[in-house]
Amino acid sequence: MSVRRLAEEQPASFEFTPENKAWLEAQIAKYPDGRQASMVVPALWQAQKQNDYWLPQKAIEKVADTLGMPYIRVLEIATFYTMFNLEPVGKFYVQLCGTTPCMLRGSDELIAVLERRVGPQRHVTADGLFSWLEVECLGACCNAPMVQINDDYYEDLTAENFEKLLDDLAAGRPVKIGSQTGRVSSEPAGALTSLTSFYGDGAKAQAE
Amino acid sequence: MLADKDRIFTNLYGIGDKSLAGARSRGAWDNTKALLALGRDKIIQEMKDSGLRGRGGAGFSTGLKWSFMPKTPDPARPSYLVINADESEPGTCKDREIMRNDPQTLIEGALIASFAMGAHASYIYVRGEFIAERIALQKAIDEAYEARLIGKDNIHGYPFDLYVHHGAGAYICGEETALIESLEGKKGMPRLKPPFPANVGLYGCPTTVNNVESIAVAPTILRRGASWFAGIGKPNNTGTKLFSISGHVNKPCNVEEAMSIPFRELIDRHCGGVRGGSDNLLAVIPGGSSVRLVPADQIIDCPMDFDSLVKLGSGLGTAAVIVMDKSTDIIRAIARISYFYKHESCGQCTPCREGTGWMWRVVTRMAEGRAHKREIDMLFDVSKQIEGHTICALGDAAAWPIQGLINHFRGEIEKRIDRYAANPHPDPVRVAAE
Repeated sequence: MSVRRLAEEQPASFEFTPENKAWLEAQIAKYPDGRQASMVVPALWQAQKQNDYWLPQKAIEKVADTLGMPYIRVLEIATFYTMFNLEPVGKFYVQLCGTTPCMLRGSDELIAVLERRVGPQRHVTADGLFSWLEVECLGACCNAPMVQINDDYYEDLTAENFEKLLDDLAAGRPVKIGSQTGRVSSEPAGALTSLTSFYGDGAKAQAE
Repeated sequence: MLADKDRIFTNLYGIGDKSLAGARSRGAWDNTKALLALGRDKIIQEMKDSGLRGRGGAGFSTGLKWSFMPKTPDPARPSYLVINADESEPGTCKDREIMRNDPQTLIEGALIASFAMGAHASYIYVRGEFIAERIALQKAIDEAYEARLIGKDNIHGYPFDLYVHHGAGAYICGEETALIESLEGKKGMPRLKPPFPANVGLYGCPTTVNNVESIAVAPTILRRGASWFAGIGKPNNTGTKLFSISGHVNKPCNVEEAMSIPFRELIDRHCGGVRGGSDNLLAVIPGGSSVRLVPADQIIDCPMDFDSLVKLGSGLGTAAVIVMDKSTDIIRAIARISYFYKHESCGQCTPCREGTGWMWRVVTRMAEGRAHKREIDMLFDVSKQIEGHTICALGDAAAWPIQGLINHFRGEIEKRIDRYAANPHPDPVRVAAE
C-alpha cells in the first residue's frame, strides 16, 4: 500500500468542459442502467486530464455528484488507484519504471539523470516543465528500460538518448514515441527470428 | 521450432497492416458464422480437447472454465464475459502487443467465447497506463462494429456488444474478483471465493474472467481443430505460447513459440543468447515476478511449460522470462520485487498488508548485508505465514520470490552479512514502518 493524501492547496472549483460532459454521458451508456458507478475511474481520469494531469478535491466531488455516489466512495477510489495524481505535476510528467526487469537493464542510470536534471521525486522544476516519479512495472519489459511521459511510452532508453529526449521535450521539438533505438515494437533488435515468411527479416519496417 | 504457419499472432510486432482489412487478409473473421454454428457444447468441448490452459498465470483449463457458466439464460441475471487486459505482472508485455497490433484476434475471440457462454455483453479491462493500446483497441472495435461483425444486429446473428474499460494503476485489479470490483466502480479489493464469479460475478451476475491471450487464440483453435493445438508442445502443456523475454539477454523480445520449448533454445534462437554467453547465466525468473527463481544449472535445459517448471519449484505463470546474468545483484533484484508487492498490496488482509512491507524491509537490509544470519530463517518463516493466509494470491506471489532467493542463494546472503560484519558501518537503521 502507499500513503496518499490530497494536496494542501486546492482550487476553489472544478467543472467539466462541455465536451467532457458529453463524453461522460455517452460513456455511461456502456454500462447497465443504474450501474453508472462503473464509470468512476474513467471519469476521474478524464477530470485529471482536463486539470493539467492532477486531481483536485473539487473534481473528485464533481465526479461523485455526476455519478450519484457518496464523496467518500470516490475519494477512496482516488487515493487507491496510483495513477491519480493528488498534487500538481510538471508539464512533462515522467513516470519511470524501476521494477526488476527495467532495473536489470539500467533504470538506475535514468534515475540518476532525473535526479540531476529535475531533482527529487514529486518535485516540480521552477519552470514547471518537469516532475518525475518512480512507478511499478509499466508492462513494456522487452523494451526496458522505459518511461511514460504523460500518455506516451518511451522505450529502449539509455542515459544518452534519455537526456536527448528530455532536451527535445523541454525545447518543444518533436519526439518519437516508443522505441528510441528504431525497433517497431517488441521484436528482437535487428533481424526477425519468427514471422519471417510474412515479413522477411523485418529490416525495412525497422528502418521506417 | 514453431513454423510460421502454426503461429496464431501473425502481426505480433505490428509490422503488417493493423486494420480490419489487414487482419482479414491474415485469416481473421474467416467464416466465423460456421464456428458459431458448431454450437455452445461443441465449442466448449473443442476448447477442452485442445488442452488450452489459461494464459493469465494460473493455467486452469479454459474450456472447463467456460463450462461453468449457466446453460439456461435468466433475463434478470445476464451472463458476462470479462477480458483481463490488466497486464501488470513484472516481466509480462504480451497482451499489449495483441491489443495494439493484432486486436481482431481478440475481438473475434470475444464474440466466440461470449457465444459459448451465453453472454451478450463483454468488457475488456485494460490497465490504465496502456493508453495508446486502449485507443488502438477501441479503433479496432469500432471497425468491427462498422463491418457488422459485432453489435446488436450483426452478420453472425448473435447480438453481442463489446466495451473497453480501463483501470488506473493498480496491479491487484489483475486478480479476477478485484477486477470485477474495479469494473463496478469500487476499490480493487479481491472478494472471498466462493461464490465464484461464474455464479456471482459482475453486478452479481454470472461472469467469466479470461486473459487476453486465452481469448485471442480461441478462433484459430476452433478453425484448425483441437487436435492441431493439442499436437504442439507436450501432453497437458499444449499449444503455442507468447513468451516475453526480458533482462540480461542480447535481444529481449516477445515471441510466439511452441509450449515446452527448452529454455536454451528459446533464448539462443530468438534473443541472441544470454549476455556474455550461457556460462554467464546466474538465474531465471521463468513466469513473471510472482514465481520462484530457478538457478542457471536447473533452468538451462528445462522445457518451458507448466508442469516442468512446477517440478523445479517454480511455475510458467505468464511466461514472462526474466533472465539474470552473473553481474546481477540477486538480493537487490528480489528486494525490488518485494517493494513491488509492498506497493501493490491492496491492504485488505493483514498478513499481506503488514507482511509485504516487513519482508521488503528485511530483504533490503540483507541486500546491504545489514542483518543477522538468524534473520534468514525468520524471513523464510514469515513468508510461510503470509503464503496461503490471504484472500487472493498476492500474498503467495509476494512470498515465493523471497523463498526462491533463500532456497537457492542463502550462501550469497550469508556472504554479504559476513562482509558487512567484518567492515561495520555506523549508519543507523533509517527505514521505519509506514
